[in-house]
Amino acid sequence: MRFIKGFGQFWYDFIIGDDWKIAFAIGLVIAIGAVIASVSAADAGWIAPTMGVALALAFVIGLVIDVRRG
Amino acid sequence: MGSSATWGLLTATFTASFVEFVEALTIVLAMGMTRSWRSALAGTALALVALAGFTAVAGYALVNWLPRSALQLGIGALLLVFGLQWLRKVILRSSGLKGLHDEAEEFREQEEAARRAGNEQRLGLDWFSFVISFKGVFLEGVEVVFIVITFGLNAHNVPLAAGAAAAAGAVVLGVGAVVHRPLTRVPENTLKYGVGLMLTSFGTFWVVEGLGVFQSGGHSLAWPGDDWSLLGLLAGWLLLTRLLIKVMPTLAGRDRGAAPLATPKVVEGA
Repeated sequence: MRFIKGFGQFWYDFIIGDDWKIAFAIGLVIAIGAVIASVSAADAGWIAPTMGVALALAFVIGLVIDVRRG
Repeated sequence: MGSSATWGLLTATFTASFVEFVEALTIVLAMGMTRSWRSALAGTALALVALAGFTAVAGYALVNWLPRSALQLGIGALLLVFGLQWLRKVILRSSGLKGLHDEAEEFREQEEAARRAGNEQRLGLDWFSFVISFKGVFLEGVEVVFIVITFGLNAHNVPLAAGAAAAAGAVVLGVGAVVHRPLTRVPENTLKYGVGLMLTSFGTFWVVEGLGVFQSGGHSLAWPGDDWSLLGLLAGWLLLTRLLIKVMPTLAGRDRGAAPLATPKVVEGA
């Protein structure tokens, strides 16, 4: 039991780290991107830049939340 | 691969790995100097063995069982997590909302934690030193493994990337053995900014390409300009972080000129 707890804690520290909002933001953008990719044509050139902008936007929102909360 | 690309791969992998190894060295030094060198080194040795096993198993599974797009999505997401965590810290530090990272301060904190911990002995080892050293080296080492895989696969030269990471490890270990104290003169914040930008740019590139796994056929998505778009991503993240460093003090409700950096409005979890 202690091993499982330690193992879980290790991966939590590894992936979530200091700020859970970053992992959440990345997961959210990937989930949205997965839906968009699954319904789009294979050669839809707009998906990549749009997802890049979405990642940047998600990061900015997380950071602003941090700073506003202080 | 051209010589400039080779040097680019070497520099990127060496620098990123160097920062990770410095962090691992600080932890091991704190445990060794405060409690038990034997236990700290045993933890380090076991972590290196575990790391080799992890790399072999994960590398085999990733390359043989997963389609390229799924590999890009998984590793890209991890790179983004590391890169964005580093950029977040750099932005908060550079805008005065968090104190500058200090390897000496980190060392003091580790030392203090080591002194407060109990004296549990297992297998003839000081268990606290052993576990903390193992965890520190393994955690930083796994990050190095992902960095090597990403940069190496992207440049089609994993052995060279692995060599650069090994060289970084040897340099840190050698310098650490000679000076026998934390590497406080390493400009870690500047290095982290550069490495954070690289990891984030590669992470963005790979995650988005990897979304192709959800399309019929499962082939990677393409960026406009293919690999050249990496330069655009790097420039974009650089501009965004510079902008955020400028505006964050205002958003925090503080004029940079009005409050001294020595009394930062500390952001939780930073």
